Amino acid sequence: MAEPITIQVDIVSAEGELFSGPAAMVFAPAKEGDLGIHPRHAPLLTLLKAGEVRVQTPDGEEHHFFVGGGALEVQPTKVTVLADTALRAKDIDEAAALAAKQRAEEALKDKVGHITIAEAQAELARAMAQLKLIERLRKLRG
Amino acid sequence: MPGTKEIRTKIASVKSTQKITKAMQMVATSKMRRAQERMKLARPYALKMRNVIGHLTQANPDYRHPFLVTRTPAAIGVIVISTDRGLAGGLNANVFKQTLLLLREWQGKGAQVSLCLIGSKGLTFFRRLGLPILANVSGLGDKPHVKDLIGTVKVMLDAYRAGSLDRLFLVNAQFVNTMTQKPSIEQLLPIEALDTEGLQEHWDYIYEPDAAGILDGLLMRYIESQVYRGAVENVASEMAARMVAMGAASDNAGKLINELQLIYNKARQAAITKELSEIVGGAAAV
Repeated sequence: MAEPITIQVDIVSAEGELFSGPAAMVFAPAKEGDLGIHPRHAPLLTLLKAGEVRVQTPDGEEHHFFVGGGALEVQPTKVTVLADTALRAKDIDEAAALAAKQRAEEALKDKVGHITIAEAQAELARAMAQLKLIERLRKLRG
Repeated sequence: MPGTKEIRTKIASVKSTQKITKAMQMVATSKMRRAQERMKLARPYALKMRNVIGHLTQANPDYRHPFLVTRTPAAIGVIVISTDRGLAGGLNANVFKQTLLLLREWQGKGAQVSLCLIGSKGLTFFRRLGLPILANVSGLGDKPHVKDLIGTVKVMLDAYRAGSLDRLFLVNAQFVNTMTQKPSIEQLLPIEALDTEGLQEHWDYIYEPDAAGILDGLLMRYIESQVYRGAVENVASEMAARMVAMGAASDNAGKLINELQLIYNKARQAAITKELSEIVGGAAAV
């Protein structure tokens, strides 16, 4: 019998590689519905929704990965899942953007925050201590 | 013995400072290694992404995504990544200096500039300038996550889509090696020079649902991954800079202790000599 037909699967996210190896079949949650991919699948590019990617290895094992979304690239001998590490949805992204905006606005409002004063004081105290030490060293040497 | 007690206290205090700087140096060393690891882990994703985007743009020459079109720059946005904590040598200062140069260059060309700040040191520095700050995120810690950056990046991407920004830059400290970190300025948008070599043109993907939607999703993630990489690289640079700065501080503390010890010994000796001569003088007088 010839070698079992397999397809190379790579699941990568921006924060690291999740899986890499041969598979007999891959299931992925595409935006338009779940997909099952056999080796020698036609080239395909699609976006994924949040869900589970299942990889069946040639020896019958099954690996499960949760993806928050992402993209799927299929070539006849290779499947690449570009996985999102975070759960992605329009309103979640929107809320995050709003929070980032608000933080910027708040930061601009208190122009002379307590942080700067505290920092300046600490800096001053440090400089004073340094000066004192130098003075003492001078006296002792002179 | 006048003065010797003060010198002793000073020596003790410098010694405890040295202990702290030494500990910080060691912590920074191990954190730097881990940050370097994470830098490496982020690479395959970005590479793959570039590849697919390159193919997509080549296969669909008639569809021009706004992220790929160069407009006359009337307004630019700059994402500045800085650290949350100090004691990292001149790392932040160098990044800010380069940013200011970049801002001045574009302002000289008559472009509006606005900022997006990642890290609290950048916020304290840039809010004095009175430039518009569109978004901000701080406190990412030593392990930045993509999910903490999504919102901040989205604000800038939305501004770009809406046409209120025509260029988007990313400034962060580039990790060259342990001793060297230099500020790097990178143009995020419009995306230029995509890797298209080695791609065959006679085949195309099946797109589900359509090429434009996929391209949009991919480009957004690509920019996010770039900013994430910048953030991780900045952490590695921060740790390396802190390691070097704290190493130097420990050395200086050592030198200071030696010097103080010498002064202390001299003062002690002088006191003994004085006492002896007093006794001898007293004995002679009898």
